[in-house]
Amino acid sequence: MSEAPNYIVKGATGDWEIVVGLEVHAQVTAKAKLFSGASTEFGAEPNAQVSLVDAAMPGMLPVINGECVRQAVRTGLAIDAQINKWSRFDRKNYFYPDLPQGYQISQLYHPIVGEGHLDIELDDGTKKRIGIERIHLEQDAGKSVHDLHPSMSYVDLNRCGCALMEIVSRPDIRSPAEAGAYVAGLRQLLRYVGSCDGNMDEGSMRADVNVSVRKAGQPFGTRTETKNVNSVRFIMQAVEHEARRQVDLIESGGTVIQETRLFDPGSSTTRAMRGKEDAHDYRYFPDPDLLPLVFDDAFIAQCRGSLPELPAAKRARYESTLGLSPYLAAVLSAEKETADWFETALAATAAKVGQPVTEVALRVANFISSDLFGALKKLGKEIGDSPVSPDALAELLALAADGTLSGPLVKQVFEAMLETGEGAASIVEQRGLKQVSDTGAIDAAIQTVMDANPNKVAEYRSGKDKLFGFFVGQVMRAMAGKAAPGVVNDRLKALLEV
Amino acid sequence: MSALTDLSLAEMKAGLDARQFSAVELAQAHLDAMAANRHLNAFIVETPELALTQAKAVDDGTRSGPLAGIPLGIKDLFAVEGVQTTAGSNILKGFVPRYESSVTANLLRDGAVFLGKLNMDEFAMGSSNETSAFGRVISPWKAKGSDAELVPGGSSGGSAAAVSARLCAGATGTDTGGSIRQPAAFVGIAGIKPTYGRASRWGTIAFASSLDQAGPMARTVTDCALMLTSMCGFDAKDSTSLDIPVPDYAAGLTGGMKGKRVGIPAEYRLDGMDPEIAALWDQGIALLKAEGAEIVSVSLPHTKYALPTYYIVAPAEASSNLARYDGVRYGNRVTPAGGNVHDMYAATRAAGFGKEVKRRIMIGTYVLSAGFYDAYYTQAQKVRALIARDFEAAFEKCDVLLTPTAPSPAFAFGAKADPLAMYLNDVFTVPASLAGLPAMSVPAGLSASGLPLGLQIIGRPLDEMGVLDAGLAIERAAGFSTRP
Repeated sequence: MSEAPNYIVKGATGDWEIVVGLEVHAQVTAKAKLFSGASTEFGAEPNAQVSLVDAAMPGMLPVINGECVRQAVRTGLAIDAQINKWSRFDRKNYFYPDLPQGYQISQLYHPIVGEGHLDIELDDGTKKRIGIERIHLEQDAGKSVHDLHPSMSYVDLNRCGCALMEIVSRPDIRSPAEAGAYVAGLRQLLRYVGSCDGNMDEGSMRADVNVSVRKAGQPFGTRTETKNVNSVRFIMQAVEHEARRQVDLIESGGTVIQETRLFDPGSSTTRAMRGKEDAHDYRYFPDPDLLPLVFDDAFIAQCRGSLPELPAAKRARYESTLGLSPYLAAVLSAEKETADWFETALAATAAKVGQPVTEVALRVANFISSDLFGALKKLGKEIGDSPVSPDALAELLALAADGTLSGPLVKQVFEAMLETGEGAASIVEQRGLKQVSDTGAIDAAIQTVMDANPNKVAEYRSGKDKLFGFFVGQVMRAMAGKAAPGVVNDRLKALLEV
Repeated sequence: MSALTDLSLAEMKAGLDARQFSAVELAQAHLDAMAANRHLNAFIVETPELALTQAKAVDDGTRSGPLAGIPLGIKDLFAVEGVQTTAGSNILKGFVPRYESSVTANLLRDGAVFLGKLNMDEFAMGSSNETSAFGRVISPWKAKGSDAELVPGGSSGGSAAAVSARLCAGATGTDTGGSIRQPAAFVGIAGIKPTYGRASRWGTIAFASSLDQAGPMARTVTDCALMLTSMCGFDAKDSTSLDIPVPDYAAGLTGGMKGKRVGIPAEYRLDGMDPEIAALWDQGIALLKAEGAEIVSVSLPHTKYALPTYYIVAPAEASSNLARYDGVRYGNRVTPAGGNVHDMYAATRAAGFGKEVKRRIMIGTYVLSAGFYDAYYTQAQKVRALIARDFEAAFEKCDVLLTPTAPSPAFAFGAKADPLAMYLNDVFTVPASLAGLPAMSVPAGLSASGLPLGLQIIGRPLDEMGVLDAGLAIERAAGFSTRP
């Protein structure tokens, strides 16, 4: 893969390069929490989704949710990682009111997924492989709410105990753009796999951003960790700001200290957390309430079998097999929902037209990426809520393919489909929008246009060829756009050149 | 009515079946005995209304089962729905769970009647019942010619005292390092800790998760067998629960020792061992031999490391398990004026926990802390594996092991003020706990001062039946019949 050009922070003493590693916390898509049967749905009333286990009542015990294990393994397979058939849960001990047990169940020593990688592509087309050190499963904490009461804090345990995958990258990232591309790529992959919904607004995906700076060729500098940054843009801003801050600090004679920082989206800057929030000895040890997680090759094979075609493979196939441009391939494979929609429409169109998918792919792809996306954008809808179904689109494109509808008519019928939700054929039937290829009708229209514009006919005939387009337009208008353009061309030539 | 409380659990069961007395009469006899013996401080909470309602339902025929109408005491470590459950700690004073522990749910399913919650060392940490926030439990036993009050052992001291004093037919106990066996030995009753994983830990307040096991305490081996069958069984809510069928122990009990090999671990014969204990052990060996057992000498070479290993592993787990008692969601909270959340934690836990609990939390926090973890916790886990391997090797040569239960008879309050002296009480019971093996104590004789002494039988994993059989053989041969 081609090496991305180095991102440089200009300093008074010269150029600095930056080193970034990301720990992405992704909430696992599962109906129940990691160790309790409580629901994980977002947006419920505070403390409505809390079991006795989540509240850490005396004598309560955790029981692993197999679905969360399956999702972690599927995610590991999607990043081409080593799957550890023996893994174990550890307790990370610290006191906080939104952590009822007084410890978080996590996997420090033996994570479920080992080494893997994610290939990213920057806007300029450069590609890079980012190493992933591990993925482990852990419990999320609850939420402390500090602004509802002047002197007290409230605690909402709905999120407490939800399963998180912590996806830890190698320090392979060298620019804000790479950090952004990595998180966006990871989000895309997780959504394809279906192991995380990637809703960064709802906190289902957030990142701890580790940044250090160094002069070229020097060893790693001291890093800081900026916690819980929850959008791709904020992550890029956090990297940029933190690198600048460290360079300025070092160049003014200061030293970067290893510390935990917070990102402030308002000012796009980071600030140090107070010492107390940071100074922990977590006293990790194996959780004696849980047995090690052990599974066999058959389980891994079953997880592998359940994976969909992943975005990189899909995109490559769209280019090589379907002959789409790199742009169309990228756009249509960006989201699994879009790709699924495209492939359904493609199959239906090919079937209706009676041609192989490779013959109709470009037409379907173009229509979706321009007409359908444009319409959805105007309606403010996602592709999943499109008023036109893939089958309905196939019906429309088949009417275009068999010559029933001209290009302008296709657009007109599509507009009507968006408005009414009715099928293309029935709209064509009701509104009489069928393309006319009957030479009699077209000849009559041409004659009318010629009769109305005798001067222009004369000019054309004296050699002003450019007027041909004028006549085509006039004839099409006279026929309300329904005339078959090819027939109009042929007949006009014949009649004008008499 | 005192005659009813004198019956064994099995005799009560037979009497109820034959309608010689009603379940209500039986419950009332015990409630009366409890009222007459409140000076023992065996119960933290008495539940006479609950007991009589449950007993009446048995008499009505709306409740039935193998333990229908049997009046039991429940160690305060088990959550009983709607009844205060404190683990003997101030921090949970007033806590009433809205759930039933799996073990007590099993007993209720089988028709048992609950008389109340039994006193215990705070969070099951102690060997004398002196650490309870609800006051010490007094043993019903007194040494010959002395009026000094004696400890009932611990941590299931309330259970031991209540069963011994005939305040209940049997009681639940829990055993982390000997908390069923040592108090049983001190008061002259039987008690068994099953294989780790046999009894569900769900709803039982945790001390050390990898060691805690519930088990019965009763006056006879048969009574223990009856309760054990009911208490054990797979529970999907406990990940360490064993999904293996539980036999009907009472039905399978024979007491036959012919052809059985009884191992005598050489390392348990400590230097400076109390000669009375040594003599009792020799007598037990002779009894089993006379019953037809083959006596074999075995070696458990890592025995001397068991106590230090236990006092790393158990406090480490406890320091984490007890973190949930933080004053935030339930239990007692102390809020210093002007303080922040950390001040609230500190004040709550300082006021809520007693000295021994604090000591173990500190030991556990220390052995898990950065820089010490490998030297203590990791090392202890390795030694624990070696101890388990010792037992595996020994069980290639024998079917059960016979040892003393405790190094001395019951002692006076304050006699073991030094924590290390107190911890030494667990020297014979801790190894089987670390290895997760079934082990029981049966009364086998009296000291010169007239106090009960117990012998311990340790079995192979899941061989509770073999342990109970050897226990029954000793019970029959020793003919222990002295009562307090």
